[in-house]
Parts: sequence; structure tokens; C-alpha cells
Amino acid sequence: MDDADIRLDGNAAAGLLGELFAVDLTTARCCCAGCGAAEALGAEAVYASAPGTVVRCVHCAHTLAVVVHGGGRYWLGVSGVAWLEIPDPAAA
Amino acid sequence: MPPGQYLTDDFPVLSAGPTPRVPLAEWSFSITGEIDEPRTWSWDEFRALPTETITRDIHCVTKWSKLDTVWEGVPVASLLDGVETAAEFVVAFCDGGYTTNLPLEDVAGGNAWVVHTYEGEPLAPEHGGPARLLVPHLYFWKSAKWVRGLSLRSEDEPGFWEGYGYHNYGDPWNEQRYWGD
Amino acid sequence: MPETARTATLLLDVEGWPGHRAGQHIDVRLTAEDGYQAQRSYSIASAPGEPRLRLTVERLEDGEVSPYLVDELRPGDRLEIRGPVGGYFVWEPGSGRPVLLVAGGSGVVPLAAMLRHRLAAADTTPMRLLYSSRTPEDVIYADELTGAANHGVEVIHTFTRAQPDGWTGYARRIDAAMLAEAAFPPSQRPVAYVCGPTRLVETAADGLLAVGYDPAAVRTERFGPTGG
Repeated sequence: MDDADIRLDGNAAAGLLGELFAVDLTTARCCCAGCGAAEALGAEAVYASAPGTVVRCVHCAHTLAVVVHGGGRYWLGVSGVAWLEIPDPAAA
Repeated sequence: MPPGQYLTDDFPVLSAGPTPRVPLAEWSFSITGEIDEPRTWSWDEFRALPTETITRDIHCVTKWSKLDTVWEGVPVASLLDGVETAAEFVVAFCDGGYTTNLPLEDVAGGNAWVVHTYEGEPLAPEHGGPARLLVPHLYFWKSAKWVRGLSLRSEDEPGFWEGYGYHNYGDPWNEQRYWGD
Repeated sequence: MPETARTATLLLDVEGWPGHRAGQHIDVRLTAEDGYQAQRSYSIASAPGEPRLRLTVERLEDGEVSPYLVDELRPGDRLEIRGPVGGYFVWEPGSGRPVLLVAGGSGVVPLAAMLRHRLAAADTTPMRLLYSSRTPEDVIYADELTGAANHGVEVIHTFTRAQPDGWTGYARRIDAAMLAEAAFPPSQRPVAYVCGPTRLVETAADGLLAVGYDPAAVRTERFGPTGG
């Protein structure tokens, strides 16, 4: 089994992120704090089989964000995201 | 079985990132940090070390447990043999950047190995090969895949999952899954 | 209801369903009697506006959820779902840009929702589906796709393991050369949606970029290591 088999993309994190955020983040552009590349979250690499959901930059594999849900809380780490550009649903 | 666990016959692959693939000629295992003389072994040197074959149950924090898994590897105690240090903690560091932290006594006391063989076969990359840490008395995220060394520390430093809400110690028998449990 | 030997479509009545967009998915969670929980995502097969939610599920050999959904679920049973989710992998008519759909195996499900949406909206945007299956018997929605030509949607099949008698079409995995022939040319400013096993998605997305597609116009959804 290759990494190419287990890797998913931001679509796989949509449900979990939807529990935390009022706006859909899969269309948000994320800028990687590691390499500076910006992609839609839906296009970034997601590893969802782990003890938590890990979002990594598709260009440099830097950890963008980690979401752990358990123990009565959500734990969200976003130190790998330099910024997010989120389309305003009201402006559509 | 520890509380809250479910038995499985599979060996699920859980990963936080791409599977590292390091050529064995470039692989090394090191003991670093608060140690007078850091130690390092090449793959050939590491494979030449005496090993133990052990059978243990393993418990993942995601609730699956697998019984009687068979591993072969080098006891961490022998890798630390003769090391003089005031350190009380270790951080295991790995290809791909994964880390996990443990009290030194949990790895030096005969309950931890660096393993390279699973069920008689070389450890597959998706399960942490060529070598992973094995600490079966704790949740399996502490058995770091793709391990490249142990850094001895006098201060405890949370590793990857410990920094994202998982328990600092991780004892399955006391169900220490999350920080604060 | 069964679709192929390995897939079945479920029809769900969801109270208070807020509506969805073509391409979105839902998350299904099963809780066993002993408390064990497993969760999986399934793309919505139905077009927006259909009275019931349609999911097409492929039964995976060692699956924890799909065998239950395909083999055990009975009319009247209840399912715990979350959604709809996803705003990245969605298509709506109105841009006028030709739409290339590239599917591997069960990846055809969200793309079929887009196809159905186009039909229900009486939209005439050029749309084309390139669909990779192992054998002709594995084609999901076969009859419906055959009829799609009557609505202006060209469906191009490729069969990677076994082909129909007398088949003169593609008989290999999707690659850049196939896309160069089968895809709308970049000069038409098409958009592309690629869905299926991770490997196929990666190869096809790279292939579209090699053909000259604008990276921002290629949307992907990876299903992981499933068959196809």
C-alpha cells in the first residue's frame, strides 16, 4: 500500500470542519506557512485515518492543520496555515 | 482488553502523513540530546545487534486492539546500555517529522524495543518500516513509526499527537486517551 | 436497489433535508450494538431537487460500513448522516464553460449527480464523461449513461480488465494521451471534475495539466484506495 492510496484531499475533512465552522472551508484558499503555496483546502492533502485528521500542503507536505475530536472537545491546530482566504457566501 | 477497546484481526494503517521511503544506505538510528557521547548506528550496524523476539498485544487510541503480535527488534535498554545521563524523558524522532515523548524509565526498563521485523517479515513501510519504536504498554501512537532516534531530555516536550490534545503518557489500562483524562 | 454486482443505490427520506448541490457528499455513521462506531463518506448520486436522497455504495471486501449498507439495510431502517458537505467539488450550470467529468469506478457517483442536475435543469452546457471501469459489468448507471447521449452528454468508456466483444474503444487506465484525445481542448476554457481512487485522480489531474488545462479549473475528489 502506497501513500498514494491512503492520501485523500480536503473534501474528506469537509464534514468535520463543518461541525466547527459556519462557512464551508473547502473552497477557502490556504497559504502554507512552510512553502508559501496557496491552494483551495479541497485540493490539499488530507490523512484522515490517523488518531486525528491531518491536512498537509500538497506541494511540500508541511502540516497545515490538525483536528482531533475526542475527550469532550475538538482540538484544532492551524499553525501551518499562514492565512486563509474564505469566499463570502453573502457575496455570491 | 483495556477499557473501550475493540478486538481486530486486521492491522489497520493509520497515518498522519506520507509514508517516508529512506534508502537503507542513508538510514541511521541515533541516541542524542543530554548524553556525553551521542551514539549512532547505520542500518548494517543496527541489524547486527542482538535482538529479542516478543509477542505482545497492541492497543490503538482509535479503539482497536490486536492481540499476540509478534515482533523482532533491539531492546531500547541495550541501545542505552552504559549511557550516563540526568535526562528523565525522551523524544522519539522519525522520518517525516513525527515525534512522540515518553518518560525515560518507560523505554529503558525493558518494555521498549526498536523493531524491524513483524510476523517474521521485514517491517513494511506503511507499518513503520524499516524500523519503528515498540512500546506496547502504552497506546500505539507512542510506538513511533519510521523512528530514527531518541533524544534524551531533562524537560518533557510533547510530541506530535501530545501537542494536539492527546494524553501526555497514554496508558490504555487507565484509558488515558486525551489530555486531561 | 442493486446497480452492479458490487454496488447498490440507497434511497433515503431525510426529514428537513436542506437541499444539496451536485457533487456534495454526506457522512454516514454506523453504531454497532457493542458501541463500536465507524464512519464513511458517500457522494450524493441524486440531482438537487429530487424527492429522496440517493446514495450509490460500492461494497468493499473488508469494508466496515459498505457491506452493511449494501447487504443488510432494509426499507424502514434508519441511518445517522451528516451533511451535505463540500463546496469545492460542486458544479452548477451557468458559467457556460464545457464540463469534463473524469471518473474511476465509484467515482462516477458525484459526477452522475452533476449530469442529472444538468438534465433536470434543461441546461445545454457541453458535458462529457470519461469513465474508467474494470469490466463492462462494473459500469454503474449503464443504461442511464447510454441515454445521456440523447441529452448532449458524450460518455466515453475505458475498460481496464475486460472489454465487450468487438470493442474498439479504450482498453487501458486513463492517461495523458487518452485525455489529450478525449478531453475538451483547453482553448474552450473547460472545467474538469476528477473523482475516484486516489491513484487515478492523481494521474488524470496531472494528465489534464499536461494537456494544458488551467490548474484552477481542475477539481478533484479522492476516494482513497478503493477498487476501480
